[in-house]
Amino acid sequence: MMKAVERQPKAAVLGAPTFWGHLVDSERMLAPLMIAPAILYIVALVGFPFLLAIYYSLSDATIGNLSLNFVGLRNFIAVLEDPVFRQSLKNTIIFTLVSQVLVLVLAKILALALLKDFRGKWLARFLILLPWTAPIALGTIGWMWMLDSIFSPIDWMLRQVGLLGAPGAILGTASNLYWLGIPSLAMTSVILVHTWRMLPLATVILLAGLTAIPQEILDAVEVDGAGFWRRLFQIMIPMLIPIISIAALFGVIFTFTDMVIVYVLTQGGPVHSTQVLASWAFFKGIEAGDLAQGAAIALFLFPLMACMAIFMLRLARRTEVT
Amino acid sequence: MATVEVRGIVKRFGDVTAVDGVDLLTKEGEFLVLLGPSGCGKTTLLRMIAGLEEPTEGDVLIGGQVVTDLPPRVRGIAMVFQSYALYPHMTVFKNIAFPLKAQGAPKAIWKEKVTWAASMFGIETLLHRKPRELSGGERQRVALARAMVREPNVFLLDEPLSNLDAKLRASAREELQQFQRDIGTTTIYVTHDQVEAMGLGDRVAVMDEGRVRQIGTPREIYHEPADTFVAGFLGTPPMNLLEKENRTFGFRPETFLPLEVSGGHNDVEQFQFEVTWMEHLGSDRLIYGNVGARFTHRHVVAKLPANVTVPIEPGETYTFAVLRKDLKFFDRETGLRANPIPL
Repeated sequence: MMKAVERQPKAAVLGAPTFWGHLVDSERMLAPLMIAPAILYIVALVGFPFLLAIYYSLSDATIGNLSLNFVGLRNFIAVLEDPVFRQSLKNTIIFTLVSQVLVLVLAKILALALLKDFRGKWLARFLILLPWTAPIALGTIGWMWMLDSIFSPIDWMLRQVGLLGAPGAILGTASNLYWLGIPSLAMTSVILVHTWRMLPLATVILLAGLTAIPQEILDAVEVDGAGFWRRLFQIMIPMLIPIISIAALFGVIFTFTDMVIVYVLTQGGPVHSTQVLASWAFFKGIEAGDLAQGAAIALFLFPLMACMAIFMLRLARRTEVT
Repeated sequence: MATVEVRGIVKRFGDVTAVDGVDLLTKEGEFLVLLGPSGCGKTTLLRMIAGLEEPTEGDVLIGGQVVTDLPPRVRGIAMVFQSYALYPHMTVFKNIAFPLKAQGAPKAIWKEKVTWAASMFGIETLLHRKPRELSGGERQRVALARAMVREPNVFLLDEPLSNLDAKLRASAREELQQFQRDIGTTTIYVTHDQVEAMGLGDRVAVMDEGRVRQIGTPREIYHEPADTFVAGFLGTPPMNLLEKENRTFGFRPETFLPLEVSGGHNDVEQFQFEVTWMEHLGSDRLIYGNVGARFTHRHVVAKLPANVTVPIEPGETYTFAVLRKDLKFFDRETGLRANPIPL
């Protein structure tokens, strides 16, 4: 009713509607027009490559051969039988779960600390955000030197405090730990660097969630007599669940599909001990030229990710707090 | 049960002084209302009594014990917040049980206590619901039950009715007062709504700019205001204030009546009242206008009950009168009560 009343004088002022005027006034025309760029973008950059990947995975495509023959599920069977694939799948899951748990716990602690007022808070915030703003390849190269088998400053510090390189030292008598050369340490390194990288964003997300908890609720908790841990686990974390699940969802999907750190730091080595699905798909499909198997490996991520996303979003909605 | 006392309490936030030296002592089992406009420091004062804010100076005593440095949980208080501050992810049962858990009360008594507190407010059927599934009035009852369940010595209420609609507020006010009478727990209640304050309080402390301007029964603060702020804050419309020589003097709109109505009394002060505007409010007529030129600041309001049917028209001048005992005099400089002068 209101709309009709408001529109009449406008039409009278504008006179006969022009083509553009008509377009802008009509919601039926304008809405599809406004949403079109987003849909085009998704179709071109997500939908098309996705369908192409499905197509490749069912063919015998290689980099050198452009003729495609349908081979059914042969690629998937071959991939599943490959021990490196199974190792990569296992590594991906370990890599994702451990780094995400670390990220969430550390982000929560940092966010709680940043909620308090203290001197130099802006500097702390700035430093915490820094890893996120630095180009990841550059940051990872920095870490490569930190973890170098000879020049590692971490090893140097450990040697200085006598934990390494001396007779009877806890971490061994060798002069270096060879971070990226020993399978378990290589995995640890990859996870820690990834945690370092994901921490800032998760902290900022959780901090936003924490500041959104009404002060009166926190006051009520205090008057009701709850201590720090009860307040944290029975009030703050449950109230943050929607936000935490968004942070976790984002982190998990990002981690699952990311290969930069593995690629720069270890190239999946030593002996595939840090190989993840994304890096294995890349090595197999692009470097080794077997597009079909690369696509099949990459597609393994999809159902896992879809399930994860649905689960997390349902969790976020169920625990919705008003 | 306990008394609450604050001694010379001051709270500064940076350059702003929110509470500026307040002394206050409740009686045992009293319903004391802190009333004032927003920003007068009443909520800050309440939060200091609760232990949620640390006073810059001064002390808080509960039951005769200095509790200034103690955290809220050991003060034996319970607080109801303006937004009710219910825990949104917990059911009503868990909300009410939370203070018991936090106190470390044995699990066996939770159910019994929660049922007892819930029945006191008639919300037994809501125990399995989440706060978002409750109406405003129900949330308020849950908040009261949660405060009640620990059987505190002192109840602190921060504008608990301001989120309710007008009709519900009236019935909630009645229930709240009844409930406070029944349990007899000392209660401090913060509000900016004078109707609530007058209706609920055994005594009302009127605050402005961080200070208590007057503390007294609703009758006292209404009829014998200690200064021009209290006179001008209470009543709708508030007291008419006029100036003469070194005095400010005032009278309530309902005491300002046509001469023929207040006739029969000899001890009246007469005014020539030039009516400019009139409002019919059903039960009352509000008549706006000016009184004779012998006073500065001479705009006044008269409030005539519907049963006074004397015809009055805007643009005309009438003779109105106030009983001399209804005239209140204040010092023009300090605003404090002063001896009457002849007008």
